Amino acid sequence: MGIEAYVAVSAALFALGIVCILVRRNILYVLFGIEMILNAANINFVAFNRFNGDGLEGRMFAVFVIILAAAEAAVALAIVLNVFHLFHSVTPSEVDRLRE
Amino acid sequence: MGFFDLTFEPDRDFRLLLMALFLPLVGYVIQISVGRFLPRKGDWLLTTGMGLAMIITVRGLFQAISAVSAGEEFFHNSKDAGIGFSWLYSSGVGDGVQNVVAGVLYDPLGAALFAVVGVVSFLVHLFSTGYMKGDRRYHIFFANISLFTFAMLGLVLSDNLLFLFIFWELMGLMSYLLIGHFSHDPDSHRINHAARACKKAFLTTRVGDVCLFIGMMMFYNEFGTFDFKGLWEATTNAVAANGGEWPAWMTVAGLFVFGGTVGKSAQFPLHIWLPDAMEGPTPVSAMIHAATMVAAGVFLLGRTFPMLSPDVLGVVTAVGATTAIFAATIGMTVFDIKGVLAYSTISQLGFMVAAIGCGGIGLVAGLFHMVTHACFKACLFLCAGSVIHGCHHEQDMRNMGGLKAKMRTTYKTWLVGTLALTALVPIAGWWSKDEILGATRITNMVWGSEILLALGVLVAGMTAFYMWRATYMTFGGEHRGEGEPHESPKVMTIPLQVLAVFSIFIGFVGIPDGTFGSAKTNWFEGWLHHWHLKGTPGAEMVWPLAIIATAVAFAGFFVARGMYRGSDGKDPLPEKLGGVWKLWNNLYYIDAFYLFLVKRVQQGIAKACWFFERWILIQGVINNLSQAVRVTGDRLRRVQTGRLGGYVTSFMLGAAIVALLVLLQVGLLSGGQASAGGK
Repeated sequence: MGIEAYVAVSAALFALGIVCILVRRNILYVLFGIEMILNAANINFVAFNRFNGDGLEGRMFAVFVIILAAAEAAVALAIVLNVFHLFHSVTPSEVDRLRE
Repeated sequence: MGFFDLTFEPDRDFRLLLMALFLPLVGYVIQISVGRFLPRKGDWLLTTGMGLAMIITVRGLFQAISAVSAGEEFFHNSKDAGIGFSWLYSSGVGDGVQNVVAGVLYDPLGAALFAVVGVVSFLVHLFSTGYMKGDRRYHIFFANISLFTFAMLGLVLSDNLLFLFIFWELMGLMSYLLIGHFSHDPDSHRINHAARACKKAFLTTRVGDVCLFIGMMMFYNEFGTFDFKGLWEATTNAVAANGGEWPAWMTVAGLFVFGGTVGKSAQFPLHIWLPDAMEGPTPVSAMIHAATMVAAGVFLLGRTFPMLSPDVLGVVTAVGATTAIFAATIGMTVFDIKGVLAYSTISQLGFMVAAIGCGGIGLVAGLFHMVTHACFKACLFLCAGSVIHGCHHEQDMRNMGGLKAKMRTTYKTWLVGTLALTALVPIAGWWSKDEILGATRITNMVWGSEILLALGVLVAGMTAFYMWRATYMTFGGEHRGEGEPHESPKVMTIPLQVLAVFSIFIGFVGIPDGTFGSAKTNWFEGWLHHWHLKGTPGAEMVWPLAIIATAVAFAGFFVARGMYRGSDGKDPLPEKLGGVWKLWNNLYYIDAFYLFLVKRVQQGIAKACWFFERWILIQGVINNLSQAVRVTGDRLRRVQTGRLGGYVTSFMLGAAIVALLVLLQVGLLSGGQASAGGK
């Protein structure tokens, strides 16, 4: 099995993440979408490292992305909690006070 | 043998000179901080300090005399003895190391003026203890007058143009504070006059100061030094390098330096501050007119003389001669006793400046006149102060009269001062004035020496006229004012007597050589024989000229005597002169013209600037710009929808476009590679 299968999975995951962000109105699903996109990138890192590289760089990047994703999720969830506290809603389109 | 040893020992004597310089400064610091708590508000402290300084200055003068009469070169720079104060040191920018070191230059000219300043200043301190008695800012007055003296002493001792300029500016500040002394006194009925006068003096002299600064920096820029000696040598070299011709820039720079003299020494057209400076206390006027401000301008000309090109000297003579005749005519129409003296000073300064413009002999004559004038003008001013004090602060001569019997000492000393000023044989002014007239023979001025000479003689006659007019109106006839005039206390009359004695005898140091056989009589010329004056012809007694000038002065006396003897306070001059009187009495409308300039022209420009700023700059540019930014921001705000979907879509679209472009490029490249690789 060549690298094409891994890239195909990664592309599918990426597309799913984008669609998730675009269609779901709940902000939590938006965060899920972002996680999917990040993990699509992770698959690419690992796959290209496995097939093309001879070091550990790709895998190291994947670990960093996971840590980054965890941090991002923590901050994002804190923001979501505060937004819910203020607006009693987790729908991004309803949080538009800065436009006024 | 210590203090009385007259040979110049740099190590000891520069320290003494610096002590004389800093005594007034130390006095100032003490006086300004604790003066008001001292007994008698500290006047004794400053007067004693000034007395010590005077002793040192006079000793220095005797050193110069003894050295010169022994035929030695008397030219001492403290830097040669390793005494100097490094100010402004910078290394390696532009032309390399720049170092301005302040030192002391002590030569005959400096020694003469140093002693004049010391003596006059001490006598003024002494006089002030009587004259200013009861003034509410008595201690401040003494502090300021001490610092004023410090500034002038420093100016005289400076061996470079930059420090001369610094002291010059300090003097400008002190004159401002002293002329405006009464502007803080709510009891004074002339409080506004004093405030206006000090402002006027400060601003007017500032014009000259800026000129001097520009000239100074032009010389520095070209020669790279501020030291007088360095500048003189560089000038000689520059002229030699230019084939004996003076470079054009030196004429321009010299004119700027002369601008400083025009401001400080009250030459036309910046003379307007000096008559108004009369608003200050009379001792200050005596200082300004004899020892400090106006002498500084002439001294500057003396110091920079070797750097002035013949063209500059021509302008110097023209300005001086104009000032002399111009101020003398105004002086004939003034009623304020100090005003007469003020215009007389301007006129005599014009004489000095005109003489200096005539070259070597003229320089000696002009500086000699500066010294003699300092003596008798200080005497006259302090006399005027004594008269004003005795007449309960009345200054208008029409309300005086009859003081001859009431104020005997003042009258006698005034008479000596008047005789010296109007140049009676053989009192001070006679010798110096005749040397000036003699010097006009070699003028470079475009008008020619005959006209200059005629002007000089005419001014001599006018001087006699206005001084005797003032004498008869003040001292002759019956007393016309209110109250009973009284003679001033001893502390005021003794300085008068001292100055009167000086006025009589000071002229004898400058009798032209050969007047009495072959004896060497012109000591003053001998003093000034620096290296740069060597080779100029000496002053000569021109007897016909002296006789004509004296005769004209006597004519002035007799005209004044005929018109004002037994004066009843009415001046017959206005009817006789008619329109001319009006012109003169209104100061040739020059003050009015300046006022017009300020009120109409300058205010007009200011208004135009205001209009431009308010309506074009602020309304047109700034407000419109901010409006444009606001509108643009308003439009751009709509781009920020706040809808995540929109953001993600546009982000994805952008990413897709970038990816497409990359793919296209990679595809092209790999296509090329593929064909090359044959896959």
